Amino acid sequence: MAPRTEVAVARGAGPRKRSRLPGDGVAGYLFLSPWIIGIVVLTLGPMVTSLYLSFTDYDLFNTPNWIGLENYERMFTDARWLRSVEVTAIYVALAVPVKLAAALAVAMLLNSKRAGQGFYRAAFYGPSLIGGSVGVAIVWKMMFSDDSVVDRLLLKVGIDTGGWAGNPDFSLMMLVLLATWQLGAPMVIFLAGLKQVPPELYEAAEVDGASRARRFWSITLPMISPVLFFNLLLETINAFQVFTSAYVVGGPNGQPAGSTLFYTIYLFDRGFGDYRMGYASAMAWMLLLGVGLVTVFLFRTARGWVFYSGDSGDKR
Amino acid sequence: MSRTVTRVAWHVGVLALLAIVLYPIVWVAAATFKPSEAILGSLQLVPTEPTLANYERVFEGVVGIGVGRFFWNSAVLAVLSVVGTVASSALAGYAFARLRFRGRTTLFAIMIATLLLPFHVLIIPQYVVFQNLDLVDTYVPLLAGKFLASEAFFVFLIVQFIRQLPRELDESAKIDGAGHWTVFWHIILPLCRPALITTAIFTFIWSWNDFFGPLIYLSTPDKYPLPLALQLYIDETSGSDFGALMAMSMLALVPVILFFLFFQRFLVEGVSTSGLKG
Repeated sequence: MAPRTEVAVARGAGPRKRSRLPGDGVAGYLFLSPWIIGIVVLTLGPMVTSLYLSFTDYDLFNTPNWIGLENYERMFTDARWLRSVEVTAIYVALAVPVKLAAALAVAMLLNSKRAGQGFYRAAFYGPSLIGGSVGVAIVWKMMFSDDSVVDRLLLKVGIDTGGWAGNPDFSLMMLVLLATWQLGAPMVIFLAGLKQVPPELYEAAEVDGASRARRFWSITLPMISPVLFFNLLLETINAFQVFTSAYVVGGPNGQPAGSTLFYTIYLFDRGFGDYRMGYASAMAWMLLLGVGLVTVFLFRTARGWVFYSGDSGDKR
Repeated sequence: MSRTVTRVAWHVGVLALLAIVLYPIVWVAAATFKPSEAILGSLQLVPTEPTLANYERVFEGVVGIGVGRFFWNSAVLAVLSVVGTVASSALAGYAFARLRFRGRTTLFAIMIATLLLPFHVLIIPQYVVFQNLDLVDTYVPLLAGKFLASEAFFVFLIVQFIRQLPRELDESAKIDGAGHWTVFWHIILPLCRPALITTAIFTFIWSWNDFFGPLIYLSTPDKYPLPLALQLYIDETSGSDFGALMAMSMLALVPVILFFLFFQRFLVEGVSTSGLKG
């Protein structure tokens, strides 16, 4: 959050000086030209096209025919589409809170002035970089297969789950754990937030005899709520778009038994498996709508629980 | 005295947690030196009879293509991605942070909006475009976006970084008659090095790990980067040769792990200042 305030200060400092300088019109567009070409050709153009295609029966080989809302209507009677919505919703609802809770717990543990903090921070961050790769997904599937390390460990404590990778009741949990394993990225952001909490607050609370739990709920959480909100937003949007690990574990059909049929997997299968590109485009717009609604919802609720310490007249 | 006890307890606790988190990496590293049939069925981490047979089988290649070829393909894609992303994002970042022109605020807002846009909305029309241009099964679709600053995260990162640099630097240069290019090249770029390095490292790693793009666009195994080669290997062998599969996964992970070890400072700083997804 610090850069933003500095920007504000820098802007406030020199408006008069800057206004004497001429505008940079042509130079501005020249420097920006790669980005402008990109946004037109690779983003805005495709968005318009994809919206159009979503109302057609386009199949990559024949000219698209306008079929109105048929693609959108069909989704609601398409068992696999409904399944993919369910799988994705369960995954987002589980993976995001579990990962964030784990990230916050580790960040709070690491947030002390002891030696080695930098090393630990980096070490916990490491898995975030490789967690989404094919290699790790393969390793994960291997670790969770029948008679492998996880199965053996659970047997030791008397739980027999067999292989998670091949069991429809556990395969999604395995991917939730894979997401949690990548707690490093939100953890680093939490740590940055925790460092901003003034220690005087804790000292005062301790003098007043507030318990650890009380200090957490009444000081830590409200003070880091902007960071928590940022992480929540980012992780939710990312969780909706999981693809690689799900594909490696479950293939294009979401094996076993459709338990890993993520929305993105089904979209891929429709679009590039059987070239139903009109339908896949409609699915993509429904995804955008879904992610958009969740984002708006998060922003709405944020008014109730996100506190910016600069706010005057706190709403509490 | 009790301070020392808490300190030691803290370190022991953190290390125990770290051991759990890093266990999968240690496990796969150890597994690559075990005979295929010894990977499952035992909790023993250290191989009883270490063997290089898994790696030897990997180097025999996949569908007649040597594993070195896949490494090369991955490296070409990653290096070109880095060059394209750093160059185009720096240009865009400078324009957004320092230049004044009509529509800048609107364009900046569009750039921020693309941060939150699920890319799935774009893939089908993009594919159709590249197919009509006869560019499917080439690297062009995988690289075009990199040279056109499509990864808004990096543009944003560089904008934020440039905004923190004192304006007096470029303004005094301008008074001395320097043009925009001179200011950009000789003043802003050198000062932006940390942001550019962060951009480069993340671009390299994301490109190295990218699976979706190659999966859609590439169909000739000869052109496959490592992640796709790994999937091909599973499909070819039905994933039955566990040892070779673990060894090949490990080989694909090693460059990223090395990158991380060398550059972890830039990576962790980059995340905590800009909130990159990592």
